[in-house]
Amino acid sequence: MKYVDEFRNRAVATALAERIKKTVRRPWSIMEVCGGQTHAIVRFGLDSLLPPNLTLVHGPGCPVCVTSVSLIDRAVCLASLPGVIFCSFGDMLRVPGSRGDLFGVKAAGGDIRIIYSPLDALELARNNPDRDVVCFAVGFETTAPAWAMAVTQAKQAGITNFSLLIAHVLVPPAMEAILASPQNRIQGFLAAGHVCTVMGYEEYEAIAQRYRVPIVVTGFEPLDVLEGIAMLVSQLEEGRVEVENQYVRSVSREGNQQAKSVVDRVFEPASRIWRGIGEIPASGLRLKSSYNTYNAELKFQPDLAQLADGVEDPECRSGLVLQGLLKPPDCPAFGIRCTPEQPLGAPMVSSEGACAAYYRYRSHATRDA
Amino acid sequence: MTQSKSFEPACPLPISATKTVQLAHGGGGRLMQELIQGVFMRAFHNPMLDSLHDGAIWPVEKGTLAFTTDSYVVRPLFFPGGDIGSLAVNGTINDLAMCGAKPLYLSAGFILEEGLSMEVLRRVVNSMAEAARTAGVPIVTGDTKVVDRGKGDGIFINTAGVGVVPAGVRVLPTSIQPDDAILVSGHLGSHGVAVLSVREGLTFDGKVESDSAPLHHIVSDLIQSGIEIHCLRDLTRGGLASALNELATAAKVGMVVEEAAIPVQEPVRGACELLGLDPLYVANEGRFVAMVPAQQVEAALAVMRRHEVANQPAHIGMMTDRDPPLVVLRTVVGTHRVLDLLSGEQLPRIC
Ligand code: SF4
Repeated sequence: MKYVDEFRNRAVATALAERIKKTVRRPWSIMEVCGGQTHAIVRFGLDSLLPPNLTLVHGPGCPVCVTSVSLIDRAVCLASLPGVIFCSFGDMLRVPGSRGDLFGVKAAGGDIRIIYSPLDALELARNNPDRDVVCFAVGFETTAPAWAMAVTQAKQAGITNFSLLIAHVLVPPAMEAILASPQNRIQGFLAAGHVCTVMGYEEYEAIAQRYRVPIVVTGFEPLDVLEGIAMLVSQLEEGRVEVENQYVRSVSREGNQQAKSVVDRVFEPASRIWRGIGEIPASGLRLKSSYNTYNAELKFQPDLAQLADGVEDPECRSGLVLQGLLKPPDCPAFGIRCTPEQPLGAPMVSSEGACAAYYRYRSHATRDA
Repeated sequence: MTQSKSFEPACPLPISATKTVQLAHGGGGRLMQELIQGVFMRAFHNPMLDSLHDGAIWPVEKGTLAFTTDSYVVRPLFFPGGDIGSLAVNGTINDLAMCGAKPLYLSAGFILEEGLSMEVLRRVVNSMAEAARTAGVPIVTGDTKVVDRGKGDGIFINTAGVGVVPAGVRVLPTSIQPDDAILVSGHLGSHGVAVLSVREGLTFDGKVESDSAPLHHIVSDLIQSGIEIHCLRDLTRGGLASALNELATAAKVGMVVEEAAIPVQEPVRGACELLGLDPLYVANEGRFVAMVPAQQVEAALAVMRRHEVANQPAHIGMMTDRDPPLVVLRTVVGTHRVLDLLSGEQLPRIC
């Protein structure tokens, strides 16, 4: 973690900001895909260092935010079943479904455990053979290998009281969906460094060329983000369209072959509904049929069958926020009817959510004290 | 027929034979007496407690009394650098110290869950006794209740404390002056990360131990050295950010804090990065902020450095007349943002 200080150096930040100011001549709109980058931008006020004609648009890169209401409802239903230990990452617990959230289930006596790694959940299954351990497998390409490993190990060890409710999503199809939309105004992307650590950036090359948008793979520290922006605006001003890699200390073009192969062994692409956005083909993962035993939706089909389709709160504009069409403070409910204590949508409660970032770091107006 | 003993309504087992806490340990009968004598009195004993009266009695001198109470519900009971027992003693001592008071006496109330291992109870009680002895603040009265199995978390402890504030000392939020400096007594976040590491079985680069410690000696040293302390606040749940916000609101002042000046040790920072937690909101148990006149910053830091409990004391910010009661953070890259209260608990992120 020595990186942290190196990538938060004030003099370097100022120099990068100067470089960006000198480069930018025309107005540009660029999107950071990843919620971690959104938080770095808002938390460190990086946008205040940028020239006014450079617009940063926040993207759909928060797996918690894009998990559909129906899936949250399914999680709530499974977590409420007697005999089930329901495992989830912490920030899913407050996300509202149409029948409450997982915290509500916990308060009502449901056995919900916050886990830090899929293998912890497998360990729970091993230690509680008389219970059913169900895991909410949420995340981008980054967390998929760990879930795939857990399933592989469960199979090897013959553990059967372990299953996944899968909400996994993939980044490139979402980027394409945004670019293909008639409302699109994005001219360049900062791609998510963590995702590319696993997947590499080969797949981005076709997207860049097809839609004529430069893409820079970027890390999460404030200086990473500033440098990524500097690289992107250079491409834009010079009229180049390439995929460049700012996050070289962690990302290679091919990615992590081992991680990719374990994902390929266990999962296959599937169509997925993104909260607030709708269905995007091949933008999610599902278990291959040889792993059906570990599919919670099949295992608990009778319990889940009675669920109606989840409905999002009609007031929540999270779909627009996640597509970069609306900034959180411009949502009429922001900070009034929607707060982290009483959220209407997931972006207000996820630790990577754009609405949460603005509420937490900007709630009382931006200022230059 | 042997008639050596008459019929006893209480459980006849001697305490040494019971390996766990039973409901009868709270029932007021012999077993409870054995628990009190065998565990609590043995560990805590002092003349006031030994008098076995319903309460503690002592003469009062002229001055100002400080009185506080806090309940401790900690999971797990033992963690690197401390346990619920030492926490319950230090925490209440610190609440008194933050009033500028010299802590005098503590009370201890126990709520035990049926089935709690006697061994665990003994360890906790001995740790409390040790903490009270080290701090020089005796536990002079107490209470025990036992609840049904499943109705508690092993052991809950309430401690209350009484202390005396020296004449002329007015350590409270409304004493904060518009040009005061903000000091922090040591590096932040170790307690929260240490507890998380054992609770969730996480391992981080480098060992992280709780900072749990009593702070009254350092406070009294500051007062005696002539530092004009305007306000103190220990940084427990909610960490530095929450404490500053509470104080800013209570004192109706604005504050500007320099992110780069806030001491956070490398393993804590690393663990927080990994889990998506902000160390400024992570709990501490042996750290405090002090508001002192700007011209006394160096003197106050010098006093703090004399004490082992103040690990890396630092001057982290100033009061400002802008936008009370807002706490503004100047980030490491030189921009400004609001350092707000958190809405709930921090939840670890996904990726
Ligand atoms: S502020 Fe709340 S209601 Fe508005 S988009 Fe964000 S989450 Fe939805």
